[in-house]
Amino acid sequence: MARIQLDRLAHAYVANPGKPEDYALRRLDHVWEDGGAYALLGPSGCGKTTLLNIISGLLQPSEGRVLFDGRDVTALPPQQRNIAQVFQFPVIYDTMSVYDNLAFPLRNRKVPEATVRRRVQEVAEMLELSAVLHRPGRGLGAEGKQLISLGRGLVREDVAAILFDEPLTVIDPHLKWRLRGKLKEIHERLRPTMVYVTHDQTEALTFAEKVVVMYEGRVVQVGTPQELFENPAHTFVGYFIGSPGMNLLPVRVDGGAAVVDGQRIPLDPDTAAAGGRHPGRLELGIRPEFLQLGRAQTPDAVPVRITAVEDLGTAMLVTVTLGSHTLRVKLPEGGEVPAAEGWLSFPVRWTKLYADGQLIGQGGRHG
Amino acid sequence: MDKPVNQKAWLLVLPVVVTVAFSAVIPLMTVVNYSVQDIFDPQTRYFVGTEWFQMVLENDRIWAALGRQLLFSLAVLLIQIPLGIGIALTMPKRGPWVSVCLILLALPLLVPWNVVGTIWQIFARPDIGLAGRLINELGFSYNYTRDPLDAWLTVLVMDVWHWTSLVVLLCYAGLQAIPDAFYQAARIDGASRFAVFRYIELPKLKGVLLIAVLLRFMDSFMIYAEPFVLTGGGPGSSTTFLSQLLTTMAVGQFDLGPAAAFSLIYFLIILLFSYVFYQAMANLGKAEK
Repeated sequence: MARIQLDRLAHAYVANPGKPEDYALRRLDHVWEDGGAYALLGPSGCGKTTLLNIISGLLQPSEGRVLFDGRDVTALPPQQRNIAQVFQFPVIYDTMSVYDNLAFPLRNRKVPEATVRRRVQEVAEMLELSAVLHRPGRGLGAEGKQLISLGRGLVREDVAAILFDEPLTVIDPHLKWRLRGKLKEIHERLRPTMVYVTHDQTEALTFAEKVVVMYEGRVVQVGTPQELFENPAHTFVGYFIGSPGMNLLPVRVDGGAAVVDGQRIPLDPDTAAAGGRHPGRLELGIRPEFLQLGRAQTPDAVPVRITAVEDLGTAMLVTVTLGSHTLRVKLPEGGEVPAAEGWLSFPVRWTKLYADGQLIGQGGRHG
Repeated sequence: MDKPVNQKAWLLVLPVVVTVAFSAVIPLMTVVNYSVQDIFDPQTRYFVGTEWFQMVLENDRIWAALGRQLLFSLAVLLIQIPLGIGIALTMPKRGPWVSVCLILLALPLLVPWNVVGTIWQIFARPDIGLAGRLINELGFSYNYTRDPLDAWLTVLVMDVWHWTSLVVLLCYAGLQAIPDAFYQAARIDGASRFAVFRYIELPKLKGVLLIAVLLRFMDSFMIYAEPFVLTGGGPGSSTTFLSQLLTTMAVGQFDLGPAAAFSLIYFLIILLFSYVFYQAMANLGKAEK
């Protein structure tokens, strides 16, 4: 088990990168704490897999260093890094039995056969593969094959970290829960450092203690699922996490309020002050869950027209228009929804302001 | 049981029936006709039973040619399959050199059979041929028109030159179809280069190798034009393979009865071997359970 530190890491697939767009992975400093369960979340093509392959050593970074427990491993090939990696598509050795598959990494390292047998049996026990140990690996389903891939990582006693690259992509939906539960169980038992790449927010939020959100080659936020939900540091996090994502409205700040199509939405004083200082493009963000929709006018509410109401079973999703903008409001099931017109209020605590995508004001970095 | 009856369906299968009849059934049945009759002209013919077949089976020259043929096909497979896999493994996987390699490899496949024979006939001549002359200059006595071993080696090298590319192209396509994740997983598992070949590449190539072995076996077992042009079956009958002997019998000596019997036996041998190869290779993986 190891603490993995990325030191001024960057990667470009093109030679002699100049522009920031040339980088698949932009300059990054990050520490994966020993024994942590992390999810690396982001849309396709944001650099997640690149980052993962750099950690495992399959890819040499163009710039920066990778440190395992303070030891520089940047130049080491994967087999010397003691990393386990589970890929999107199950990788098993077709001609081998499940047992031989699990024993393969140990045999390659010339581990004595008695130790191999003990380790393989332990791991098979843990992954519930004991019953099929002597069956050919290719006869198993996708779920079993992914367990074998995982097992090949776990058999090594010195494994520093386990990396998952969207391992549930090919698994049937009803089996995903089971396999994910298995991963959590293993994490609790062995406490390895786990990094789990996914573009599925549910998967990331249920698996990880900490979620690292990536967007266009950059890490835009690192936080617990709750932090990501309540205080997105970037409009992308707001939009990507949550169902539906955060409402974002282009605004200008005037006094202590944000102005949208002539309507004033009150802001927290710090936020309003930060917004006033910022020359860039300003956006107001609020999660659908935090918006309040009422029939009667209240001092801070703005008038909206209700265009659609969807019943999600556990909540009501209301689509409203404010001036020329559309917002989504999520109300508790059974709540009262005004007919055609209503008054929408923005609780100050949950009303965020973003300048060029970055959170400013309360909770933001540029205070 | 009321099955719907629709006689119009026959119209739809008619083109296939006609094509197969004219391309396979009728010619084959003609051969069968000749193999059991002694035919002088369309009116004068006698049924001879299995006489022609007995004649063929008692013919020493046919048995000798069959032996040569088996040896030749075996040598072709033993050289071309491993060589083809080897070349495919060393080819670049991406980049501008891929197309260069593919074009160079495909070139021999585009040369007509008898042109290949002519090329090698000149190339290997000890007096004016580049290769033949060079070998003699280096101090080895080499003359494919005089020495049976030299003739054999020349035919074999010619076939390797002509057809190994096919095995390479098939294997290359098979290798390209292996996802990167397999190689990445193997690196993480600390597998050696040989282990990668043995446990990833070879099992994944099984399908294309089955096709390669079948094609190379059938083609080499039916080889005709190249040795015919190169050595004419000689010196003596040292490079006379089955198809050439058959042609001599049917067209040269006009022994149509025995030639027809010979053809059928030849056809059945190829069919039998191909079936055995196919079954053996298709069961290869299952046996390892």
